[in-house]
Amino acid sequence: MNKAIVATTSLAGCFGCHMSILDIDERILELIEVVEFNKSPIDDIKKFTKKCDIGLIEGGCCNSENVHVLKDFRENCKILIALGECAIMGGLPAMRNGIPIKECLEEAYIGGPTVQQNHQKIVPNDPELPILLDKVYPCHEVVKIDYYLPGCPPRADLIWKALIALVKGEEMDLPYEVIKFD
Amino acid sequence: MMGATVDTILSKYRHDSTRLMDILIDVQDEKSCISDDTVKEIAKGLKISMADVEQTLSFYHFFSKTPTGKYTVYLNDSVVAFMMGREKIAKAFEEAVGCKFGEVTADGLIGLFNTSCIGMNDQEPAAIINNRVFTRLTPFRVKELVKDMKAGKDIDEMYSAKTGDGNNSHELVHSVVNNHIRKEGPILKTDVRQGEIIEKITKMTPEEVIKEIKDSNIRGRGGAGFPTGLKWEFCRRAPGKQKYIFCNADEGEPGTFKDRVILTEKAKLLFEGMTMAGYAVGATQGILYLRYEYKYLQKYLEDVIEKAEKAGWLGKNIGGRKNFEFYIRIQFGAGAYVCGEESALIESAEGKRGEPRDRPPFPVEKGYLECPTVVNNVETLCAAVKIMKYGSEWYKSLGTAESTGTKVLSISGDCFHPGVYEIEWGFTINNILDMVAGFNVQAVQVGGPSGALIAPNEFDRILGYEDLATGGSLIIFNESRNILKDVVLNFTEFFIEESCGSCSTCRILPVVMKDKLVKILNGLGVTRDIDDLLEWGKILKASRCGLGQTAANPITSSINNFRHLYTSLLKTKKDYETGFDLNLAVQEACEATNRIANV
Repeated sequence: MNKAIVATTSLAGCFGCHMSILDIDERILELIEVVEFNKSPIDDIKKFTKKCDIGLIEGGCCNSENVHVLKDFRENCKILIALGECAIMGGLPAMRNGIPIKECLEEAYIGGPTVQQNHQKIVPNDPELPILLDKVYPCHEVVKIDYYLPGCPPRADLIWKALIALVKGEEMDLPYEVIKFD
Repeated sequence: MMGATVDTILSKYRHDSTRLMDILIDVQDEKSCISDDTVKEIAKGLKISMADVEQTLSFYHFFSKTPTGKYTVYLNDSVVAFMMGREKIAKAFEEAVGCKFGEVTADGLIGLFNTSCIGMNDQEPAAIINNRVFTRLTPFRVKELVKDMKAGKDIDEMYSAKTGDGNNSHELVHSVVNNHIRKEGPILKTDVRQGEIIEKITKMTPEEVIKEIKDSNIRGRGGAGFPTGLKWEFCRRAPGKQKYIFCNADEGEPGTFKDRVILTEKAKLLFEGMTMAGYAVGATQGILYLRYEYKYLQKYLEDVIEKAEKAGWLGKNIGGRKNFEFYIRIQFGAGAYVCGEESALIESAEGKRGEPRDRPPFPVEKGYLECPTVVNNVETLCAAVKIMKYGSEWYKSLGTAESTGTKVLSISGDCFHPGVYEIEWGFTINNILDMVAGFNVQAVQVGGPSGALIAPNEFDRILGYEDLATGGSLIIFNESRNILKDVVLNFTEFFIEESCGSCSTCRILPVVMKDKLVKILNGLGVTRDIDDLLEWGKILKASRCGLGQTAANPITSSINNFRHLYTSLLKTKKDYETGFDLNLAVQEACEATNRIANV
């Protein structure tokens, strides 16, 4: 059997979902028997080197770079999975939604209680920096998403079961105990 | 109670912080708001933090930090209210009062507010004004009411119609609400003398009582359908000196009103059922958790309890039997659908936010004040008494093999005879539509918004745990109704309003789903939107309680049974389109940081 090719990325997330991928523990050895990782922080491949079967997306889109990465994933992956709260619904970063960006930036760089030494009151605007979006978008607002795996983070068992089911072409068996948040 | 100060209210509840709900309700009734200063006073008096007071206060719909008016109008905004002409009523109120819903007049006289289903679906449009219910409102009647308010009339003098049937006309109820009992079955029938069952069970051991209930195969009538006898047995076996019996009278599922009728007509039966449950599990305390919407029944119910105590059917040495002790008190909620979930109900009764607990432990092991607790629906407890009178074999002869006994249904919507019907399990939807004279029926909502929307091709399905389980609400929609816009959208908004906010799934996804539904309604939908809605419905199952787990049901069940209503709104053949435009999305940030969009 050809190995399924998997890519992963963390957009506006905290890498918690990736930690949860690693939480499959020793099963990672079993996993690499059936999948091959391509672009992913797990193997540090920075750019797609081939078309992939499955793309796992952690986090929603908070800036222009997130959007480019997500669209790149959509182009290069047959199946795209929104992994975890932020990818599905925006999550914690989306708490800024509804607050004007100017206010957010002023709070972060000028007036906020933790700002110590920004005497010139500089708000970063180097052309190299990604540009913030007006709000944090869940992935499905930007590209078509095929599956959603809930949790903050999704349990390792959930990620494991979903990946194995996809690779083997089986129906996903996701009982309440596995998808439940608490 | 007029003129009570915060101090006297605190004293009334012996400065017990677990009675915070009662304290806040009394303060709200007295002052028409709970201000910051009052919060401070309550916190000090109860020796808890202001945040503790604040979190309970902010959770419940009927508490307010700002004055809600000398006359506070809560107009029902459930689906059936709209079907019966709510919009005209709301407009009439706004015009006559001179302020919008959600506001209070400048002179502080009248406040207008929306509220979720108040359990009057068979007599809509209806409103609660200063704890009194006004049913079948017309624009003309609204003008009269507002005139009376402006003249400063006492709320009890504002009734013009005759008071309702049965105990609705009892001097302690004095309400225009009607029972509309259209079909009486074994539970609603009056055939038990007060104390009769207590005399019977005191000749039995608690184990024998539990066995009889278990043998009857009765399951909880609130909706979840847990076997009642088993629940009692678990609680009896759970270690703990003090145990509690709760009666869940927080029926908040839009379209349900049968418990209101049972409470009005069968209060003695209900209290006898609670006492019997107390005897069976070894509990001495019973608490009737009653939704605030039914506050107009308070005096009557308290009177029934008091009289039962005097007659020796409650209190110490019940029925003359030594050491058989059982007391009942009423605990009011303050407007929160989620408190119908048993662990949320317990949290609320302890004076906290009505957030469901994570389980295990289950309430039968660790419930109210950490003690083993049974929470039973009003109808379940009444049925238990009848089982004890006629025996489990009799009970099993009713209904179907898997669903024994009868069910009291609340039927409303497009039919000629809305009201309360007690039928045996096993009736088909068609049977019911014949009975209530439904006409041009397009769909039937079984089990309220958390249940299922059924299409005519499935009207031969039966009511029962094996097919269509229901807590008792049936709403009928005829062909003139726009199912997606008038029904599904309203139900989804209901879940958004009533989410406790604890699980992010339930707090956020219904909002995202509503946006998607609106997108489809606006003719901007694509096929992927429908698939996404179904996928998100699955994610909601990750929520902690039944509210979150069923919050997607209005949408998923209408997609499954009325998919054509969705697909007919899709204007394009495109599979995916959200209108996301990166250039537009970065515009605000570019302006804020003086950058050129180089995306």
